[in-house]
Amino acid sequence: MHCDCGQHHSQEEHDAGILQASVMRALFPQDRLRRRFLRAVGASTAAAAVSSFFPFGALEALAQAKAKPEKPELKIGFIPITCATPLIMADPLGFYREQGLKVALIKTAGWALIRDKMLNKEHDASHFLSPMPLAISLGLGSAVQPMRVMTVQNVNGQAITLAAKHKDKRDPRQWKGFRFAVPFDYSMHNFLLRYYVAEHGLDPDTDIQIRVTPPPEMVANLRAGNIDGFLGPDPFNQRAVYDEIGFIHVLSKELWDGHPCCAFGISEAFIKENPNTFAALYRAVLTAARMAREAKNRPLIAKVISPPNYLNQPETVVEQVLTGKFADGLGSVKQVPDRADFDPFPWHSMAVWILTQMKRWGYLKGDVGYRQIAEQVFLVTDARKHMAQLEMKAPASSYTRFKVMGKEFDPTQPEKYLASFAIKKAA
Amino acid sequence: MKLESLKAAVLSLLFLGLFLGIWHLATLPKGEAQSAHDEYAKLLGKGTKKSEGFPSLAQMGEAAAAQLKDPLYDRGPNDKGIAIQLGHSLGRVAAGYALAMLFAVPLGFLIGMSPLLHSALNPFIQVLKPISPLAWMPLALYTIKDSSVSGVFVIFICSVWPMLINTAFGVASVRREWLNVARTLEVTPFRKAFAVILPAAAPTILTGMRISIGIAWLVIVAAEMLVGGTGIGYFVWNEWNNLNLTNVIFAILVIGVVGMLLDFAIGRLQKAVTYIE
Repeated sequence: MHCDCGQHHSQEEHDAGILQASVMRALFPQDRLRRRFLRAVGASTAAAAVSSFFPFGALEALAQAKAKPEKPELKIGFIPITCATPLIMADPLGFYREQGLKVALIKTAGWALIRDKMLNKEHDASHFLSPMPLAISLGLGSAVQPMRVMTVQNVNGQAITLAAKHKDKRDPRQWKGFRFAVPFDYSMHNFLLRYYVAEHGLDPDTDIQIRVTPPPEMVANLRAGNIDGFLGPDPFNQRAVYDEIGFIHVLSKELWDGHPCCAFGISEAFIKENPNTFAALYRAVLTAARMAREAKNRPLIAKVISPPNYLNQPETVVEQVLTGKFADGLGSVKQVPDRADFDPFPWHSMAVWILTQMKRWGYLKGDVGYRQIAEQVFLVTDARKHMAQLEMKAPASSYTRFKVMGKEFDPTQPEKYLASFAIKKAA
Repeated sequence: MKLESLKAAVLSLLFLGLFLGIWHLATLPKGEAQSAHDEYAKLLGKGTKKSEGFPSLAQMGEAAAAQLKDPLYDRGPNDKGIAIQLGHSLGRVAAGYALAMLFAVPLGFLIGMSPLLHSALNPFIQVLKPISPLAWMPLALYTIKDSSVSGVFVIFICSVWPMLINTAFGVASVRREWLNVARTLEVTPFRKAFAVILPAAAPTILTGMRISIGIAWLVIVAAEMLVGGTGIGYFVWNEWNNLNLTNVIFAILVIGVVGMLLDFAIGRLQKAVTYIE
């Protein structure tokens, strides 16, 4: 396998060489000057120096839109929850294979391990909670490593589940002293639960107890009476109903309709080293998300992601989550078609909201460059490009206003928003 | 003598029967099985085959038969047969255990032969020994940066202490007379170590190894539940997530049997090196 000119190991490398040479020519139009520069510092040093301010990687990715992936065999970590639906279904439905990727989906025991395995480069890409790449990029609760969000995996699809014995305690004001589980500190679940109880006048740090529990262990803990409830991902809310241990108190959709939950993330280093693989992954997960958004596909999806290799749950439980026709644990059947959805667009405004909540509860201190961090971590430009290729609609602006429990969030005024809360930890 | 062991066997069977009988009575289906007459009940999985609470003996048998019928299946990285999972666990135990042996036996020899070294290293050993091997896990993950190797490391760290201490003790308590004889005959130190001390200390060393293999097998299950991926511990965790007690109980039985076999194997080895003074 050699290229046209015979000096490179592959056609891709040859193309990359041409690209670099043409950028060099553009920077130093005079031949004499360019040659002298190259001679003085050496060609590779020159390329490195130029690439420090000129994004060769991004250009190469553009030039090789459908080129062969550099690293076709990938390990992708996931937590067995319906939030990961697009990235899981892409395996049995062959969307990765379609892009020339051979993916091993590795079921992982908890979010801390997801973080560690990404930091260790054991996994090439991963299912994340959307706040995690922000936290890891900022070095919060972790070593600093630039981590990026390619797509949001899912919107809505979470719920507050309470133990069956609390059926008559539907008012959060009665929850003083309750013990709740959330999947991770840096999770939408933690921030939404805190937001929810605070709106009802409880201080989440002193009036209730919030403990971190891996989602699969939440139902077992609820049964054992270790916790009074959890704000957790599905299928475990539905599983608690199915096993008649608990009931669904409120869907997360009723707090913030369209909130992001999980994300598909990758490290900045991996993108730089494997631009083609990165693009192929984008196409695979976006194709899956597009299919998952269609209500008519949901029963089939429930079928392919329920077996032991993926979620390891009864199919009816997963189907109730995805179709939105479910038993609520209180004796009625509900119809909420958008209980779970899979809009992949990584809104910058969502990232800004997450950062305001991190600061609100003291995870993040001092001045925060909200927009700068959001735009660095949530890869809107790439998402938009690949969505356009797949003829998916992407919004024109990456910032939008939205309402959380009736209160409007303006992404241009994060500090003002933060100041408007009565209950918070931040000084 | 023969009668005694026969009596013991009968009694053992009696206990087993009693245990299974209680199990059977405790898990008899309560009342009529509900049928799925309305939609709500259907969504709760009523009237279908749903694992509810503690399994009955028949369900246990069914699950065990299903698992044992195809112990080598491989349906992707997260769903493998029980034999493959056992293989992964045994592989990790073997690796960690072998490393521990390579480290602990020579070091134990040195410590046993040199009272100075013994006093110098003793404080470290005493501090490190009581640390739960799982407490090392976060540190191992952070520094080794590989979850499978971290598992091996945890096995290493938990099996090293019993071997080290027993080897040192065995070597230190070799009878003076034998060492004196060796000195009189002017054998080389190398030969003294292998021809006199090693055989004399072997039973004690093997005792340490037997304790270690037991601990290692206990720890690997916990470590794999923590790290996931592959292994019998992961199998238990995965089935627990699905609240499938039947498979969890089956896995517990398998873990018990394998642990017994491991202990039995080293026990045989121990018998082979034991001598009568």
